[in-house]
Amino acid sequence: MAETTVKKPEVKEREPLFGPKEKRLITDPLNDNNPITVQVLGICSALAVTTLVYPSVVMSIAVVFVIAFSSLFTSLLRKSIPKQVRMIVQLVIIATLVTVVELVLKALNYEVYKQLSVFIGLIITNCIVMGRLEAFSMANKPWRSFLDGIGNGLGYGAILIIVAVFRELFGKGTLFAGSPLAWQIIGPSSEYMLDTTSISWLGWYQNNNLMVLSAAAMFVIGLLIWAHRSWNPKLVDVS
Amino acid sequence: MELVNIFIKSAFIENLVLTYFLGMCSYLAVSKTVKTAFGLGLAVIFVLGITMPINWLITHYLLSEEGLFGLDLTFLRLILFIAVIASMVQLVEMVIEKFSPALYNSLGIFLPLITVNCAILGGSLFMVSNEYNFPESVAFGLGGGFGWFLAIIAIAAIREKIRYSNIPAPLRGLGIAFIITGLMGLAFLSLLGIDPAAF
Repeated sequence: MAETTVKKPEVKEREPLFGPKEKRLITDPLNDNNPITVQVLGICSALAVTTLVYPSVVMSIAVVFVIAFSSLFTSLLRKSIPKQVRMIVQLVIIATLVTVVELVLKALNYEVYKQLSVFIGLIITNCIVMGRLEAFSMANKPWRSFLDGIGNGLGYGAILIIVAVFRELFGKGTLFAGSPLAWQIIGPSSEYMLDTTSISWLGWYQNNNLMVLSAAAMFVIGLLIWAHRSWNPKLVDVS
Repeated sequence: MELVNIFIKSAFIENLVLTYFLGMCSYLAVSKTVKTAFGLGLAVIFVLGITMPINWLITHYLLSEEGLFGLDLTFLRLILFIAVIASMVQLVEMVIEKFSPALYNSLGIFLPLITVNCAILGGSLFMVSNEYNFPESVAFGLGGGFGWFLAIIAIAAIREKIRYSNIPAPLRGLGIAFIITGLMGLAFLSLLGIDPAAF
């Protein structure tokens, strides 16, 4: 009897590879702890790319990759990084990964690379990446840091894509313009579709150029935060 | 004259915050009172004005084919730029601490925060893609910093005023700050019609 009771905690200590705790690491940033609408991190390099959905998807993938792997590497090195120079070490890790992403994207899809222009480079100063390294990876094991990175990247990407869908749909009447999936949804033909006779819904719709402007991204995110906080009242700013 | 044009263009027409969304994190986080916004704004002008020319020198004398090593090292650009910015911020912090403790205390934690302010790195990257020469890069840096300063002062003043307004609870704080920034961006759009060459 005594032996079994002693053994039980031992079994508990062995962490499952993908238990409920790990699942929370991924789902939490999607809702309660969203990097953009709750923590207000990483807005800087995000909003300018959301005029079209396709570059936003590419940007999200790039950010997920950079956060996940920089968390992993920082976490592996966390015991050997001296406290005083940790910022510079983290920045070098991030900058290396971003350079990799930039060169890969340049080789694979030069069009999107040009559309994203400096904003791929700006992933370095994306506060989410630094924030997660400081707050999580420096104190946690590699696997969990990796998952945390993926979760935060996805939370960021989700907002990016929602905003981009609104802006592209109402601003240009298309979705996924510039990619093989390009799809004319509402309004008359746009610059991205050569087939001007194709029937789309609501042919009378005039594209709303406001949505293409940067200011519209602020409105869309402001309204998104409003909706998110009405739906999840514990996030309401009491101050 | 050309330099004045670039200054005005980077401060008003291509405002880093309101047109490119750069430096948004600290812009929203530090804009609760005018006083702190003022300090951060000054520090950003300072750091942008210093890092821009240094990064110009790096791009042209270290990384280009005509440079010191005779090799095209552009792939090292991001790492070098961020290293310059981090070390400049550190240096500025030490210099201010030594010569003006009062200013150092009023800036406080905002100085190290500037390292991860996207406006700084973004400014340098724009400087490269716009192919400015050396004096132009100085004007671009100072103008960009001044534009950032104006924007953060303006939003801080507005946020101080609306603190007691009757705003729906879920929209309070962050939500309304975003919408105000959007409206300010629209207002700055009207400056697009200005031709800097007319000055």
